Amino acid sequence: MTRRALTALAVACVLTTLACHKKTTPVARPMPPPPTTTATPRPASPPEPVAEPTIVPPEPVPSDAISSASLEDLNRNSPLKPVFFDLDSSEVTPPGQKALDENATLLKRYPTWAVTIEGHCDERGTAEYNLALGERRAAAARAYLVTLGVSADRLRTVSYGKEFPFDPGHDEGAFAKNRRAHFVITAK
Amino acid sequence: MMSKIFYAAFVLGAAVVAWPAAQPQPPAPPSQQPTEIAATITGEGGSPPRLAVPDFIALTTDAESLAIARTIGQVLWDDLNYEREFAFIPRDVYATIPKATSFNDIPYDRWRELNADGLVVGTVQKTGNSLRVEIRLFNVRGRQSVFGKVYTGSGANPRLYAHMAADEIYQSQRALRGVAESKLTFVSDRDGARMTNTVEKRDTKEVYIADYDGENQRRLTTDRTLNTFPRWSPDARSIAYTSYRRGAGQIFVSNIYVGTLEEVTKGPAENWLAAWSPDGTKLCVASPREGKGHTNLYVMNRDGSGVRKLTDHPSINTSPTWNPAGTQVAFVSDRTGAPQIYVIAADGVGQPQRLTTTEGYADKPTWSPAPYNEIAFAARTGPGFDVKIMDVATRTVKQLTFGEGTNESPVFSSNGRHIAFTSTRSGKKQIFTLTRDGRDLKQITRVGNNEQPDWSK
Repeated sequence: MTRRALTALAVACVLTTLACHKKTTPVARPMPPPPTTTATPRPASPPEPVAEPTIVPPEPVPSDAISSASLEDLNRNSPLKPVFFDLDSSEVTPPGQKALDENATLLKRYPTWAVTIEGHCDERGTAEYNLALGERRAAAARAYLVTLGVSADRLRTVSYGKEFPFDPGHDEGAFAKNRRAHFVITAK
Repeated sequence: MMSKIFYAAFVLGAAVVAWPAAQPQPPAPPSQQPTEIAATITGEGGSPPRLAVPDFIALTTDAESLAIARTIGQVLWDDLNYEREFAFIPRDVYATIPKATSFNDIPYDRWRELNADGLVVGTVQKTGNSLRVEIRLFNVRGRQSVFGKVYTGSGANPRLYAHMAADEIYQSQRALRGVAESKLTFVSDRDGARMTNTVEKRDTKEVYIADYDGENQRRLTTDRTLNTFPRWSPDARSIAYTSYRRGAGQIFVSNIYVGTLEEVTKGPAENWLAAWSPDGTKLCVASPREGKGHTNLYVMNRDGSGVRKLTDHPSINTSPTWNPAGTQVAFVSDRTGAPQIYVIAADGVGQPQRLTTTEGYADKPTWSPAPYNEIAFAARTGPGFDVKIMDVATRTVKQLTFGEGTNESPVFSSNGRHIAFTSTRSGKKQIFTLTRDGRDLKQITRVGNNEQPDWSK
């Protein structure tokens, strides 16, 4: 939705600009009359303008699409990446670390966000043990973020064990999606 | 909620009177009422007694009375068949025997020809909304009544009369605690409601209760969230469960016949998998409250006070179950790698002892009632799980299910002779029951996904 609206807006802007240019070019205007010559001395040529230092592009301040989105829209297209785990494991893998690095950057950029980290498991563990395993996954993701400087009190954990699979399938493809720490933004 | 209150009133109102009840008796505590005739029926040559349960006699002959009489007779048959303590003469064998119209015109000779040892005869009389049900068990050879009870109460649930009579017949005839009056609880997503606090498509799960045979399924919770792992209190009047209604797993106790709810744990850490101590005063729960990803067991009073740490290990320690004496707790720990079953003294003194040594992955231990000293559990046997039972004294393990879907979360019936568990053998997750030796598979639920059963004491 948001993306489509932005695209539409951008296209509209470009069209408008083009239209303006078209209008201005072909008009023939009379030349202004030459200035009356008076005996004023020719002013000294202005000094060459000092080259301004290139302006550093501004940090993307929290007034962009992300910060203006509602919590629900934000979570629907979450900028926070899930962390996936191996079977029966809560170890954060290198791809998981990369996802958490990016999440940490985002969480620092939006310091008011509070986040719940949900721990999830695939269906191959028991319902009971998976609660604790899911918690361990959520806690592992949380601990990693804390080492990157994200304040621990912004990060709540909850375990859903295998109660809420993201993919209802029964193959490894589905299982891999369901073993995860999933991020939900709860306040911004 | 109202129906529950009515139900409770009905249970209390169904006065049990010993037969013969010639004159009105003062209301005595029903459970203490002795049977006047304490004779038992035996089979010939040590075989189980052969019983027949002819259609119950409707003394009031309107259609409703006839239907109630038929229901009670059939349910009583099923109840008495459940424990395999009696042999039953098939109904079509005695189709030609003249139907009795009262207790006084039973054709004993004809029944004797069929080698019947015992005959269950019942009468049903309906007056307004109340029922009078009289059930007797006759010794066919001696032509005498060896069991007789009169039940009066509402007509709302005729099946309950059969359940009460069945359990009393088991007690008087076989010195056995029947389970006909016991109930199951489980969670179900059958309502098809969606969790509201998430953008994901997540179905709510609510706690349900049902009779032991799957009849009278009713929803207990109505808060449209995730409710899990319901557990009957030992007096079967309360259910403890794990609910996410506050955003994370916490323990709640619902006093189902009173209609009150107690919030036992309040966080901030999660608490799951409450297990009642056998005296009903304490709950053992699993909680990752140390915040490091470890989960340990805590024992608390049923109101959440007096918390004591039971296990203390930097690993996962979960799935608690008490032994019948309340002196030990079996649980699951992955302290050596994969989850395995351990046992620890309920006061936390001493080191936990490992019970499972031949399983790759074992969870959800459930300790049997006495006289059995067994622990049922779910073991990973392939892609899924199967239910196994360990004899605690000898550590021998027998397997009950064999890869028909995945089979999880076993619990014992109150007499230790049956197991309820979750299985995907019919497609979705459903509750099934089996005998403790793996026979008589019975499907209890059919609508939606149903899982995590518990069986009332």
